[in-house]
Amino acid sequence: MALIETRGISRVYRLGDIALKALCEVSLKIEKGEFVSIMGPSGSGKSTFMNILGCLDKPTTGQYLLEGIDVGNLKRDELAGIRNKKIGFVFQGFNLLPRTSALENIELPLLYNGIPVKERMEKAAWALKNVGLEGRGGHHPNQLSGGQQQRVAIARALVNNAPIILADEPTGNLDTKTSAEIMELFVKLNTESNITIILVTHEADIAAYSRRVIRFLDGCIISDEARVKT
Amino acid sequence: MINIPSTIRIAFRALRVNKMRSALTMLGIIIGVGAVIAMLAVGTGASKQVEAQISSMGSNLLIVLPGATTAGGVRMGAGTQPTLTLADAEAIRNECPAVAEVGPVLNGIAQVVYGHQNWSTGVVGTTPGMLVVRDWDLSSGRPFTEQDVKNATKVCLLGQTVVENLFGDDDPAGKIIRIKNIPFTVLGVLERKGQSAIGQDQDDTIYIPVTTAQKKVFGTAFPGMIRIVMVKARSAGELAYAEKQINELLRQRHRIGPKQDADFSVRNLTQMMQAAEQSAKVMTLLLGAIASVSLIVGGIGIMNIMLVSVTERTREIGIRTAIGAKTWDIRLQFLIEALTLSLIGGLAGIIIGVSGSKVLSMLAGWPTIVSPLSILMSFSFSGIVGIFFGFYPAYKASLLNPIDALRYE
Repeated sequence: MALIETRGISRVYRLGDIALKALCEVSLKIEKGEFVSIMGPSGSGKSTFMNILGCLDKPTTGQYLLEGIDVGNLKRDELAGIRNKKIGFVFQGFNLLPRTSALENIELPLLYNGIPVKERMEKAAWALKNVGLEGRGGHHPNQLSGGQQQRVAIARALVNNAPIILADEPTGNLDTKTSAEIMELFVKLNTESNITIILVTHEADIAAYSRRVIRFLDGCIISDEARVKT
Repeated sequence: MINIPSTIRIAFRALRVNKMRSALTMLGIIIGVGAVIAMLAVGTGASKQVEAQISSMGSNLLIVLPGATTAGGVRMGAGTQPTLTLADAEAIRNECPAVAEVGPVLNGIAQVVYGHQNWSTGVVGTTPGMLVVRDWDLSSGRPFTEQDVKNATKVCLLGQTVVENLFGDDDPAGKIIRIKNIPFTVLGVLERKGQSAIGQDQDDTIYIPVTTAQKKVFGTAFPGMIRIVMVKARSAGELAYAEKQINELLRQRHRIGPKQDADFSVRNLTQMMQAAEQSAKVMTLLLGAIASVSLIVGGIGIMNIMLVSVTERTREIGIRTAIGAKTWDIRLQFLIEALTLSLIGGLAGIIIGVSGSKVLSMLAGWPTIVSPLSILMSFSFSGIVGIFFGFYPAYKASLLNPIDALRYE
């Protein structure tokens, strides 16, 4: 059983009378432990695809199986539970809560998972250490650099031991050097902790860190190739 | 799985971040709760005062007044035609089954002297029954008796105000005072009654036997004349019967035909006072209702701010939803924020309301009574306001689509 399997999923947006097909009949499988890049120009449907993979959106038609469960039949709160336990999100704009310390940001998924305070503190500290930000737990997002903020976001994605991390242009707001550091962190998490990483990017040199590249155009997959790490 | 303590912490943090806004929002509730408590205190104080006056007057009271004279077509006021006699009073007591006791009154103003002090006061000629009618006990000494009335002895009972003015701190029992230059022995002192419903000092009075008043102090236009009769019915339920029985008896005694106007009238004092009490209660209700409006306005203020807050924090809600917050996690977060605003506002309002009513009673001289019930009521009402007006914004927040919310700038 594949970790992620989509069977002919499409997504249609209705804007008044016009039906906009953002995704047409996409089928693919992603196994546990893969490191996948999704590439494609703006409007190619890759973000829509990521939203569906992240259980933030449902396909109009087709099936999405996550660990064998058909996500399309789940209710809003059940989807929230899956996002909480199975998926860690990393966004281009970091999306940390302002005026809230790094540790408290990292704690959030545990909070919504009903984990008791003491265990929350331990796990959050562990995740913070894992991304190399030991001792910065008390800092607020506006006291941290972009790279550090993205590390906090990655720690938040890690903290619930989710098997999947979805990263939507995680280096889009970072300089080249910091981007490389963040990508190294992803590679480390992928190889050492066997976490499945799916990332959306424009840039070929970012995609180069992954071992499989899927290209989208006009809502369809146009290529899906494994890369041999050089 | 909702984690209440953490949700409370999240709510508190959000309120702290916007201190000024939170304080201003609370102000609406503070004023509302404060107003409710203060207004109810004023109203309750007023009705308690009326109640006290009713009970000081005596309970289940009727008053029989003589009729009006007509001189050449000109009618004079009630009581101008002296028609009541002591015998009438006795007949009312003996022949009306619904009557418990009567107190005939022949009164006047007289100068009273003791030693080198003197004082002008109302002297009431009456019978021992009067003390029963008015529910009035003695604080010291003994009352005069039927025998004193029969013999027209020169004895008297003093009200507290008279004692204070004539005797100061001395004990008046057994002393001789002069009323209109006639020596009277003080038998006892009446208990303090305070003000009457119309603000009269009820303690500024002297009771003497009615016969003594008739024969020695005031004199009468005809034998046995008295001014009014106060009547105590056996119970509140029998007031109407007593009124009817007195009417029938006196018409018979005064030989008044069925079509003639009576030369007396019977009034129900208790009913009048109850009406006053009722209106005081209605006033309490009215004041409370008006104050409640401001509490509701405060609630709308909370809703307003919470709606702004939800819009402002759309992105935050998106983040929370994306990483696994369920519908009720979000709802509770905003509900608790609204509830915190309204409950803290409520607590502050209680303090303001209680101290406000104290200040009011000091400055305006109104008696105010803060009842624990009104505090409890307005506090729980402020909680209900918080939940009621907090629910819509919380509901709105919980329905946000996480994808759109995350994109919100």
